[in-house]
Amino acid sequence: MEQMRFGQAIGKALADAMHADPRVILLGEDIGEAGGPFGVTRGLYQTFGAARVLDFPISEAALVGTAVGAALTGYRPVAEIMFMDFCTLAMDALVNQAAKAHFMFGGQTAVPMVVRAPHGGGLNAGAQHSQCLEAWFTHVPGLTVVCPATPADAYGLLRSAIDSPNPVLFIENKALYARKGDMPEVLAPIPFGEARIARPGRDVTVVTYGAALFEAEAAARQAAEQGIDVEVIDLRSLQPWDEATVLASLARTHRLVIFHEAVEAFGVGAEIAARMADVGFDELDAPIIRVGAPFMPTPYSPELEKAYMPDAGRLLAAIQRAML
Amino acid sequence: MSKKKSPAAAAKAGTDTTTLLDCYRAMLRIRKVEQRLSRLFADKEIPGFIHLSIGQESVPVGISRHLRDADTIAATHRGHGQALAKGIDLNGFVAEMMGRERGICRGRGGSMHIAEAKVGMLGANGIVGGGISIATGSALAHKLADSGGIAVCYFGDGALAEGIFHECLNLAALWSLPMLFACENNGWGEFSRTDRQFCGRLEQLAGAFGVRYRMADGLDVADVTRVAGELIAQMRSDRRPAVFECKVERFHGHFEGDPQKYRDPAELAALAAKDPIAHALLALERAGVDGARLSALDEELEREIDAAVEYARAAPQPDFASARADVYAH
Repeated sequence: MEQMRFGQAIGKALADAMHADPRVILLGEDIGEAGGPFGVTRGLYQTFGAARVLDFPISEAALVGTAVGAALTGYRPVAEIMFMDFCTLAMDALVNQAAKAHFMFGGQTAVPMVVRAPHGGGLNAGAQHSQCLEAWFTHVPGLTVVCPATPADAYGLLRSAIDSPNPVLFIENKALYARKGDMPEVLAPIPFGEARIARPGRDVTVVTYGAALFEAEAAARQAAEQGIDVEVIDLRSLQPWDEATVLASLARTHRLVIFHEAVEAFGVGAEIAARMADVGFDELDAPIIRVGAPFMPTPYSPELEKAYMPDAGRLLAAIQRAML
Repeated sequence: MSKKKSPAAAAKAGTDTTTLLDCYRAMLRIRKVEQRLSRLFADKEIPGFIHLSIGQESVPVGISRHLRDADTIAATHRGHGQALAKGIDLNGFVAEMMGRERGICRGRGGSMHIAEAKVGMLGANGIVGGGISIATGSALAHKLADSGGIAVCYFGDGALAEGIFHECLNLAALWSLPMLFACENNGWGEFSRTDRQFCGRLEQLAGAFGVRYRMADGLDVADVTRVAGELIAQMRSDRRPAVFECKVERFHGHFEGDPQKYRDPAELAALAAKDPIAHALLALERAGVDGARLSALDEELEREIDAAVEYARAAPQPDFASARADVYAH
């Protein structure tokens, strides 16, 4: 089985989509000759040329707005926001324009565009280069939000995102770019809204997504040493999210912990917890527990950031509490 | 601002009577539609907010004469004239204002969010400056496809202080996009004078980015159409952007029903003399166009609008379940 790094898998998905469809164009800061700030688009400028790999000025509002206009005029743009934190500058184009055009124009138009946005901490990048802001976008009707953890899922979900007639926010955890993973024999799009059971288990369900998956798997291994069999679900898609798979798992384990790197308060976990407290109420043998980042900006100092990041240790404590 | 031309001077400048009559008809059609919308709004047949462009009709009419179907426009919240001049379907337009299923946007958009993809009308916008980057992206698509098409973004002087305008002006110049920045300068940004919001000059701003700039007197549709024609012809040939500024007057308030207490009564009283439609009518009369022909035109437009209103009134209310199921394209 071939292995690939997370960043390479994204680059391959972009290249394959561009070979498959001449309407696919890339827009972003430093993505062309420079190969992208994280090297994800390396080589694409040389392969596809300046007309399809467009080095954008540092104008995030125009970047995403231009993608909307190009999508409305027959192209399939993939815009790269260098750090997800910079989405604040492009909120109008995402929230008021891209998300709503199909609905408010009565279904006349589709907006087939992707915004790739690296999120996540652990690099001591500080408060403005580390945030996980995905919950903002899951709250906006019209947007699709995905956050893969493995190279295989990154490839398959990005192919689906580029094929989608709707605007998709494709979130990449920066800490994952160099991480290797197995690729499937046959590369294919992965449908939105389908979670993956990363580790089957009987005693407690941990729902997670993105880079937090690997901390969750570490916590599950530690729990196993204590005789607790943890099922880990990787959501992969956040909007839509796979309620059926989570509910079915809860019906087997009767215990639920939700784990993400984003700030815990009002995060993606809050929605999952609320839904499971409703549709899964009869299955619950313990309170639903969320584990996310504390309600504070991401700090810079390695010591502070280490204490801030939700890790396997905090998750293990929550798993133990769920088992009481 | 160019020195105001008399109607006779406009005729001498090369605008023939047929062109002027066409422009007059297109402006009058927008005016009559908006006057009807005003009544329907007062009678509560149109809900929400509407923003009328009465007094500003010369700009989209003068520009749209030079546009093709494949050209695209992004319109503003004060964009009824922009949409109608681009060829949006009148029946569907009025039905949309009334929030009906037969509306172009099936009653989901309304005045501020109306679009008709098949005529290249990419959407009005509830966000000041919101259409500028969309038109920029559309201009990029025209360039990449080498279609020969151009994109027009309409905006008011109220958008001049929006950052997105400056970002897109830079981008259009940097990338040589076939993009017409069309400013309807009515001197007001919502409820405040533009000179209290923006201290730059559009001409100088265009110059700073190396973008050609022309202005026209919005009172004189002949001037608007002549300058727009020259600019658009240049754009089609050299595929570069342009800024086009037209001075116009906003006769009604920011929104329909706005009593405009913030405006000097003398200024409001003087508006009648700044009406591009009256100005064109005078020129046509001086050019000897038959009065009977002009009143026939009047009646023909009224009949067309009556029919559109009846079409809208007869249309069913939209269905919530089908709207709810159409948040995403399939």
